[in-house]
Amino acid sequence: MPESNRGFSAYFRRDLLLAYRRRGEVASPVIFFVMVATLIPLGVTPEPDSLKEMAPGIIWVMALLATLLSAEGLFVSDYKDGSLEQLLISPNLLVMPIFGKVTAHWITTGLPLTLASPLIALMLSLPSVAYLPMMAGLALGTGCLSFLAAIGAALTVSLQKGSLLLTLIVMPLYMPVIIFGSAVVQYSIDGMAWSGPLAILGAMLTAAIALCPLAIAAVLRLTTIN
Amino acid sequence: MTVNDLRFERDDIAVINDACLTLDDGEILQIEGPNGSGKTTLLRILTTALQPNGGEILYQGQILSKCRFDYLSNILFLGHQSALKLTLTAEENLSWITSELPGSVSVLNALERVGLRGYSDIPCHSLSAGQQRRVALARLLLSNAKIWFLDEPFAALDGQGVQFVEQCMERHVNGGGAVMLTTHQPIGMESVRRYSLVDSSDGEALDA
Repeated sequence: MPESNRGFSAYFRRDLLLAYRRRGEVASPVIFFVMVATLIPLGVTPEPDSLKEMAPGIIWVMALLATLLSAEGLFVSDYKDGSLEQLLISPNLLVMPIFGKVTAHWITTGLPLTLASPLIALMLSLPSVAYLPMMAGLALGTGCLSFLAAIGAALTVSLQKGSLLLTLIVMPLYMPVIIFGSAVVQYSIDGMAWSGPLAILGAMLTAAIALCPLAIAAVLRLTTIN
Repeated sequence: MTVNDLRFERDDIAVINDACLTLDDGEILQIEGPNGSGKTTLLRILTTALQPNGGEILYQGQILSKCRFDYLSNILFLGHQSALKLTLTAEENLSWITSELPGSVSVLNALERVGLRGYSDIPCHSLSAGQQRRVALARLLLSNAKIWFLDEPFAALDGQGVQFVEQCMERHVNGGGAVMLTTHQPIGMESVRRYSLVDSSDGEALDA
């Protein structure tokens, strides 16, 4: 059967290819991330000391908003063109295709954000010791954000304008990620060991990878029955 | 496969009421009924995209939930939505759907047979509605599913395209497959059995 044996890699590669075809659209969360962070020194204060205080929080809030921006489209286009239906009636488990799609989403949003973050850190005059912890934290944390946002995206897939609802659903789930994510940066600025909060982020990501695809699969089955 | 007393309600309104039908190997079954009579709903229930509110579906004498994997591996559903990615080319779409490697001969062959030779590397959004339909229909050539569920397969197709679909169905049926389709167009083939949804849901629809 040619149509049955497809899981993670088929969906992962297709979504990456689709993202590559719409490069401009995909780049917008990253541009948003960098632009807004540029406005902070202009709008609040250019004082390095006070910027340094705010930097961890700002970086994480921006990362959160940027993932939310792009999450809405995760399943919507598949829903509209009928490929989601084809996926749902395929004989295989939904979990691996979903895992592939969300991973592709992370590659196209979380990873670029992580790579762009030193630029923002520079603008917010973050001390250079905090760069590595910040990037490590963002890499793990944005993974969590992608998986959590995908649950919201699955819940709102059949709605016309689901973005506000998506934000409301997902925001509470983001809180632990943002708390420990900014703690990683804060600890490293204060010269403390930052591996603790980073480990918790890693644990959250592991849990998200294991559990979120199951939740998303169940949710997709529910929301598409109407 | 056999369907017994299938019922489906949407917001407490019966859409499909006690539909009973059978589909045997080598058979073409045309589902008839006016707009809104539940043709698509019926196909979506039979492809398990929707859950019925009552009744049972038997596949090879077995209840569907017992042989779900087997059943789903043997069906092909072509709906109103083409499931094509518009930013991908016709060839990329097809090779993805069939898990063939890009540039595979069978995909190019299928495209040629649906009359889209030379369009294989054009993104689907620049194709016309009828051409997109043809790309979607090329799946019929590449699939080895036994039961085809075709929802309005003739929509947006020209006369030649319609003929092509009919030929496909005929070959499929002669090879022991089965087809269930909805269409308002008369089919130029003998040996098409008809099933009408009108009688079963008419009274209900008036009440609502």
